[in-house]
Amino acid sequence: MIDPVAFFTTRFPISINAIEELLGCALSQGGDYADLYFEYSVVNSLSLEERIIKSAGRSTNQGVGVRVIAGERTGYAYCDTIESAAIRRAAETAAQIAAQPRPIGPVSVSQLSPGQDLYQVEKIAGEQPLEERIELLHQVDRRARSYDQRIREVQAGLTDEYKVILIATSAGRLMGDVQPLARMRVMCIADDDGNLQSGVSGGGGRYGLDYFDQPLIDRYATEAARQAVVQLEAVEAPAGSMEVVLGSGWPGILLHEAVGHGLEADFNRKGTSAFSGLIGQRVASDLCTVVDEGTIPNRRGSLNIDDEGNPTGRTVLIEKGILRGYLQDHLSSRLTAAPLTGNGRRESYRHIPMPRMTNTYMLGGESTPEEIIRSVRRGLYAVQFGGGQVDITSGKFVFSASEAYLIEDGQITTPVKGATLIGSGPESLTKVTAVGNDLALDEGVGTCGKDGQSVPVGVGMPTIKLAGLTVGGTR
Amino acid sequence: MSQPLSVDLLSEVARMAIRHGASDAEVIGLVTSEFSVEIRLGEIDKVHEANSQGVGLRVLYHGRQASGSSSDTSREAIEELVATTVAMARHTSVDDDALLPGAAELNRKPLDPSTLGLVDPSIDRLTTQEKADLARAAEEAALATDERIVNSEGASCSTVVGQTIFVNSAGFAGAYDGTTISLATAPIARDASGMQVGYWGDRRRHLSRLDPPAEIGREAARRALRKLGARKVDTQSVPVVFESNATEELLASLFEAVSGSAIFRRASFLVGRLGEEVAARDVTIIDDGMRPGAIGSRPFDSEGLPTRQTAVIEQGRLNSYLLNTYTARKLKLASTGNAVRGLTGAPGVGTGNFFLQPGPSSPAEIIGSVRNGFYVTEMIGFGFNPVTGDYSRGASGWWISEGQLAFPVEEVTIAGNLGQLLREIEMIGNDLHFRGRIAAPTIRVARMMVSGN
Repeated sequence: MIDPVAFFTTRFPISINAIEELLGCALSQGGDYADLYFEYSVVNSLSLEERIIKSAGRSTNQGVGVRVIAGERTGYAYCDTIESAAIRRAAETAAQIAAQPRPIGPVSVSQLSPGQDLYQVEKIAGEQPLEERIELLHQVDRRARSYDQRIREVQAGLTDEYKVILIATSAGRLMGDVQPLARMRVMCIADDDGNLQSGVSGGGGRYGLDYFDQPLIDRYATEAARQAVVQLEAVEAPAGSMEVVLGSGWPGILLHEAVGHGLEADFNRKGTSAFSGLIGQRVASDLCTVVDEGTIPNRRGSLNIDDEGNPTGRTVLIEKGILRGYLQDHLSSRLTAAPLTGNGRRESYRHIPMPRMTNTYMLGGESTPEEIIRSVRRGLYAVQFGGGQVDITSGKFVFSASEAYLIEDGQITTPVKGATLIGSGPESLTKVTAVGNDLALDEGVGTCGKDGQSVPVGVGMPTIKLAGLTVGGTR
Repeated sequence: MSQPLSVDLLSEVARMAIRHGASDAEVIGLVTSEFSVEIRLGEIDKVHEANSQGVGLRVLYHGRQASGSSSDTSREAIEELVATTVAMARHTSVDDDALLPGAAELNRKPLDPSTLGLVDPSIDRLTTQEKADLARAAEEAALATDERIVNSEGASCSTVVGQTIFVNSAGFAGAYDGTTISLATAPIARDASGMQVGYWGDRRRHLSRLDPPAEIGREAARRALRKLGARKVDTQSVPVVFESNATEELLASLFEAVSGSAIFRRASFLVGRLGEEVAARDVTIIDDGMRPGAIGSRPFDSEGLPTRQTAVIEQGRLNSYLLNTYTARKLKLASTGNAVRGLTGAPGVGTGNFFLQPGPSSPAEIIGSVRNGFYVTEMIGFGFNPVTGDYSRGASGWWISEGQLAFPVEEVTIAGNLGQLLREIEMIGNDLHFRGRIAAPTIRVARMMVSGN
């Protein structure tokens, strides 16, 4: 097990004393708070297409981000070199956000332990022999092609990241983490006499290579192939407002877009979210309890500590339909005197932290998925989705179904083409009229974008029914 | 010790890769100074500043390919980068089409970067105070527009001053500098119906070309105010007018479908259609990698090939795909100089300045031509499938009734098929403005399904 403090102080010309001095430098213009974020990460990628391994890649990123907060203002600078002189230049730049020079000495820090260990990985994926990783992708390719002779092309990719971070704050905390992340992706194209359709699958998490065992990669391969083949039969999707049943797992992206972003504390502190000022009010039917939980072992969105050095936790966002809380980072928590929730995240040392989701999901309910389907006379059953997006201020959100079926008289019938679903965040969950007992988390593929920063996230949901949601089909 | 990037250093990296056994190598170096200041409600909110560099390497080992990158440019880090990348390439598969561009192509002399107008030295000289003042002026103008503008997501001014260096083992070596400045603001309007944000901005290579901050602020405010009171409409199939920035999003989807990456995989509805009528007669769509002063211009692409002007659709006929060396070889065509890459990975395909040629009509004439239809000013979501052309996205804008903008609309989707939309473009506006890599005027299409109540 790597100790992040030892990792940085032995690999690079930097010491705890130097870190303490640099924190002092960051606050030398009168800032209220400063932190240093050290990062060393290696990303490996491997891709298969047309039955051959087309490329292998490895990129190394290292650097230090220096943040200084003065009141509501943030100054940020970074360097790509982990040595005192370069970090000092960044610290001097970031320090300028404050304008009352006040020389202070070094800020002493003491090393703390994260207090949780959510991802013990013995075999870091990227450190395993390339031949072993290559063979996994060939297996995916063979399995997907054997699913149906109409599968004409298979693309498979394996990406893994290994990130060591160390965070030093002017509050005297020094804390590190070692964060593995691995993901496999499979895309199949089915061709039935010129009718081309695609299907996508995959998964992963904070695991090593051994996570991708035979049954799992068989499942990814089969699932991507199955989706592509199903789409060959798809008819035009319906248009208009109708009853919608969302399947369990990844369709939880509904929660991420409809409520999750709108509950990030930065928007609410500024009063720019459709959810601003709604704490304690009803924003969902009483069947709905939604949480953000960064502490589920090995999940893609989980972290021992967030990127400001605070332990992650479990935050109840909506409890039986009532809005309970926001997702906080250091700055918003400080300015609104709200407790930290461990949601301060950043893409890398080049980026300023902000409130972000981890794993966002809805708790299970009473109904069986079969009962829910049977209760719909005419509607849409959507089980796979591509991406989504939200307008925080108006609350309008979309998410795009890639696999969906008509429900007719309580039966799942014809597959329909991809269609975008649109709704209003503060209203849509009030229309949840049934929640299934089949809560599932997604396979571990989600990446969330905000202000140009991407971070890995998870979602989850049981099967649910919405009384009305607008479906963007063509007939 | 981090080393400054230069053509000489990168050439040495390429030679090092050959010494390690690579049959060919390409090296890219990016050096950037980025600065951004965000103002919110008149006060500085964030200042973000950084100088960074990185080096990326792609090697070929007898038809096998691997790539690597590092933000550490010390001698040791570069030695490790070369060794691990060449070692990886020994394990990938032989791909006969993975080659550097041919000598004949590489020998075509790229443009002199100085003729492209990519650099404005005054951007580098702007002080933090001056950049903060530009952002503050944009936000102030927005806040002063109307008393219903009650809040703001803020305003930002960002600058990038950068250098791109590229060498390969076939003897190509080149470098060019570039600057950009962006100014944007996002005011929030509120009335009894709720809150709406309006976003507007401009992005240029030259400070003198940047729209005045007050104009940006007023336009952002106008875009927020006009959304107040928006409502859903009934589901119906009607003519749709796309405001220019919405047309630009259609063009971004079209780019995915004409990119060689999609074509050689047969993952585009435009596979096998070269030479055919794929759009209305008036539609001409061009990719221009050498337009002076434009954001998408550069002297050579990410494989060292000179950039150029390619008519992708000419008077409705599909004339060319956009290709890099790999996708061109897969399709037995020639590269169009559209290779793009960052530090990591093999080159992909990207646009230069990709635009729809303007037509004769003013936006007002186009709106005025519609008896009952939808004027789309914003779209959200990712509902485009390049394999089939199926298109379904969230939209907001105005309802058009008897040629007049009647009331604002939101929480609806528009759906159709991009292939059909292209053929059903009925009017093209005269309002073409280059604000980014993609530009397009207002258009009217015959019919789309608007889904609401």
